[in-house]
Amino acid sequence: MEMGFRWDFAYEILPQMLWATFNTIIAAGVGYAIALVVGLFFLLGQRTPSKIINGINREIVEFIRSTPLLIQLFFVYFVLPQFGIKLSAWVCGMITIGLHFGTYLSEVYRGALEGVSKTQWEACRALNFSTAYTYRKIVLPQAFPIAIPGMGNYLVGIFKDTPLLSTIGVAELFHAATAVGGYNYRYLEPYTMVGIIFLILSVPAAMWVRKLERRVNIAQGKIKQ
Amino acid sequence: MSYFEFLAEHGTTLLLGTVTTIKVLICSMILYVIISMIFGLMRLSKNLIIQGIATVYIEFFRGTSLLVQLFWVYYVLPFFGISLEAFVAGVVALGLNFGAYGAEIVRGGILAVPKGQWEAAHALNFSPAKRIKRIIIPQIFPIILPPAANLTVELLKATALVALVTVVDLTFEAKQINSITWLSAQCFGTALLIYYIMARLALVPFLRWLEVLAAKKVGRGNA
Repeated sequence: MEMGFRWDFAYEILPQMLWATFNTIIAAGVGYAIALVVGLFFLLGQRTPSKIINGINREIVEFIRSTPLLIQLFFVYFVLPQFGIKLSAWVCGMITIGLHFGTYLSEVYRGALEGVSKTQWEACRALNFSTAYTYRKIVLPQAFPIAIPGMGNYLVGIFKDTPLLSTIGVAELFHAATAVGGYNYRYLEPYTMVGIIFLILSVPAAMWVRKLERRVNIAQGKIKQ
Repeated sequence: MSYFEFLAEHGTTLLLGTVTTIKVLICSMILYVIISMIFGLMRLSKNLIIQGIATVYIEFFRGTSLLVQLFWVYYVLPFFGISLEAFVAGVVALGLNFGAYGAEIVRGGILAVPKGQWEAAHALNFSPAKRIKRIIIPQIFPIILPPAANLTVELLKATALVALVTVVDLTFEAKQINSITWLSAQCFGTALLIYYIMARLALVPFLRWLEVLAAKKVGRGNA
């Protein structure tokens, strides 16, 4: 077998890899969108006055957070069909990623809400604003910027975890690389290209998130310019 | 087949897998702590080359996916004449990946030590090595341990990935049993439970204990 990086082979498989990259980006985007919504539900569970719901919510979040995403994927993919729920690998993957990262995002939301000073609530109470109005006009506009860096971090995090979807047969980038590698008995180029594509996409994204984080910190007066 | 029958038949296999998972966890934990320390310090070096190497390393491993790195170490390194056993490849990939995240935590911890401590050590004419070893490092532990604890729980979860490069760990066994018996709910459910128990009842209490210990050592905890 020829040693070293074969550029002609890399060039040959490039279109396939780029096409699969597109799938990876879609998977990350859809997974993220679901996670954003699921996170809201977990947040709601956390903030309801009922102690029982709080407790159940906390245990579910802890359980999802301290078990591997990989087995959760297998669980959803293999167990649901036994109860007659037949979902495609794509749907299973999106649900699992949404649930898994939803728990993390609920923590981001919680942190952001707690980051809004209590006196803001007191002032709104004093001005006789309704709770809904207080949330909509006073609290959320202040909480949102605090949540942005955390939300951005998990977008990058989800993107980097999408290769796990290949284990249940979702045709994303890593899956394509494995298929191409197996077909040609050469893993060097496909896997290296996957690494490079991930670097090209996630390093700028991570830098952008860090920049946002800095800006939020400056706006909040945590660090000086 | 009841759940107890399932456990009686496959419980031992799952437990054996769990032992491998614990081995992977401990080895990669040691490796990642060492790497974090080295690269965290390098990141703060005044020498631009050393700092540059650390930055590239950290950005590279944080920028790509762990699974890709794992497969690269296991399937691509043999092309360059380096063939690693699956277990070693898994530990190396986990250690390198989490070392990059850990290095950032160490860097943050060192920066969070008050400047006066550096100045005082300087004023007492401590050598640079002694300054770091005796004054700065002991003080960073209470700062870095809480984020490091989170990272270590993430590491436990990430060890599941080594099953994909044929390390016979808990995930691998669960998958194996699933493919033989098709009792998916039982085998993956049990695996999830075991991971949960390991994280909540063993790893997290251990890390909390370390945090308390570190806080006491610098006189911040209530002894």
